[in-house]
Amino acid sequence: MRILVTVKHTPDLQSQRSFTDGRVTRSAEDGTMNELDENAVEAALQLVEAAGEGEVYALTVGGPDAVAAVRKALQLGVNHALHVSDEAIAGSDVFGTAKVIAAAVRKVHEEAPLDLVITGMAALDGLTSMLPTALAAELDWSQLTLASALSVSDGEATIERHLADAHETLAAPLPAVVSVTDEANKPRFPNFKLIMAARKAPVTVWTLGDLGLDPAEVGAGASRTTVVDASPRPPRADRVKVTDTGDAGTQLADFLIEKGLA
Amino acid sequence: MTTVAVLIDHRDGAVTRPALEALTLARSLGTPVAVWLGETPSADAADQLGEYGASEVRVVDAADARVASRAAVAVGAASEDADAVIMISTFVTKEVATRLALATGAGVVVDAAGAELVDGKVETFQTVFAATWDVRTRINADKAIVGVRPNTTQATPAESAGAATVVEVSVDLPETRERVVAVEPVEQSDSAPLAEAPVVVSGGRGTNGDYSLVSDLAEVLGGAVGASRDATDEGWISHEHMVGQTGTTVTPALYVACGISGAVHHRGGMQASGTIVSINMDPDAPIFEISDFGVVGNLFDVIPQAIERIKEHRAS
Ligand SMILES: Cc1cc2nc3c(=O)[nH]c(=O)nc-3n(C[C@H](O)[C@H](O)[C@H](O)COP(=O)(O)OP(=O)(O)OC[C@H]3O[C@@H](n4cnc5c(N)ncnc54)[C@H](O)[C@@H]3O)c2cc1C
Repeated sequence: MRILVTVKHTPDLQSQRSFTDGRVTRSAEDGTMNELDENAVEAALQLVEAAGEGEVYALTVGGPDAVAAVRKALQLGVNHALHVSDEAIAGSDVFGTAKVIAAAVRKVHEEAPLDLVITGMAALDGLTSMLPTALAAELDWSQLTLASALSVSDGEATIERHLADAHETLAAPLPAVVSVTDEANKPRFPNFKLIMAARKAPVTVWTLGDLGLDPAEVGAGASRTTVVDASPRPPRADRVKVTDTGDAGTQLADFLIEKGLA
Repeated sequence: MTTVAVLIDHRDGAVTRPALEALTLARSLGTPVAVWLGETPSADAADQLGEYGASEVRVVDAADARVASRAAVAVGAASEDADAVIMISTFVTKEVATRLALATGAGVVVDAAGAELVDGKVETFQTVFAATWDVRTRINADKAIVGVRPNTTQATPAESAGAATVVEVSVDLPETRERVVAVEPVEQSDSAPLAEAPVVVSGGRGTNGDYSLVSDLAEVLGGAVGASRDATDEGWISHEHMVGQTGTTVTPALYVACGISGAVHHRGGMQASGTIVSINMDPDAPIFEISDFGVVGNLFDVIPQAIERIKEHRAS
């Protein structure tokens, strides 16, 4: 079983985030691995552990500080860390990013075939959930998204997914791109031995040239969308907070009635 | 801008309210045409689409929207001449939008709260980072695909509405590697689905598993029942009710949070709501930072009194 997991370097959800020139500004200290990618790493580790053999690769795309994401994956127990870093990638939209990841996946796949690429359900900073689909299309592999359960047997992956209107079971032949939700498993905590080993573990760094990609295909120039304006939402004005001394329910109702909401 | 295709969301043959909102938005960008996947709509449904401005209803029969790559080909066949394609943003349509964009070279924005034309290009607005920032995005590509959130446009009939012509579009859908092994429909309650509801009343750990008061308040306010992740994890209420970044994102006119602390994951899914009201015993609960009206109190005291007062007011 050979699995590649994509991990994204995202700002800590609890920290402040901002935009500069239409791009998300991140600082190295507050960045980590996208929380939802922990479920992807966990799913990969569990499949390999169950199979009794195999290897897990963690791949990230981003500037120098994005290495923190694959280091976190190493701490959790993945075998290999890959980091695609090239200034020309900055400002890529989801399609540019998918192209870069697909090229890196192909490179690993050519060395020895991969069975799965596993991603998180979304990046909590952007949350568009489009990458897994774009990646599957780019690779022309099977696409199984939003898995709350995943199993592999006889060259096929099977998932369950919970949509608003239905619970579905889907199956598709390997190799497949699978995205897993936060319901899929409970991510493990890094242990001390792995934390120490992760510090020294080698991280393979690739540029666009190493992947045979033309810089013009990716980056801000190739992006189909551009952020033209971004501003923090002002806090809600005129907030009221009352402490119940026996009539707060009535006050609440009166507030709704006055606003025409009840 | 000429033709704007709108992928119509329909349930049991009826057009949903978000679909009418999307048609209303489409009218501000050009001439809407409705794209309908599934069996030919009833005359009533087609009339309603015309009333909201659709000049045509393009029907792609036998199109199963469950597998994104097939649905994308179906929508693509019915929107070849469109400069923009609008869908209601859901996990499923985001995948359809992605596939369609790859096939057509279109630029995509999902989870938008609105869109307008600026110098011939579609610009969208949306909130990001757990609804703490407002962002405006320009779609540079010639074709624009926009996923819009329910409740972000007020649905209004077109001023000069004509009858929509129903056109059958035939297309060979590709074989896919993915196979649907089983589909188990989720029981739908009588109220509007969570994402579409104009009012959402949510209960969290503070309900201690008793959703009767939360449901009563939702009923009185004509809303849907939501929940926090802790509540769905406890099995107190099913997963479909979960509001938040990994559950359903809601933007109702009114959101009432009962016994919910307001963790960042939860806020990300409701912070863009119109008016936010919360009831929590802990005066320092983070939910109060984003509440227009907050009550520091016990929900088991506050909700019954509020319901009584609302009923009293209505009776008077
Ligand atoms: C990757 C990830 C994704 C997540 N996604 C989501 C998501 O999409 N949605 C989501 O909701 N959570 C999500 N979570 C969980 C989230 O972080 C919080 O743990 C969760 O929202 C807390 O639920 P709660 O507010 O009900 O419980 P708590 O945080 O325990 O809050 C309960 C509140 O109820 C109050 N209370 C208790 N009794 C009463 C009473 N009688 N009357 C009034 N108030 C009372 C307490 O003061 C407290 O503030 C996610 C977590 C992770 C790690």
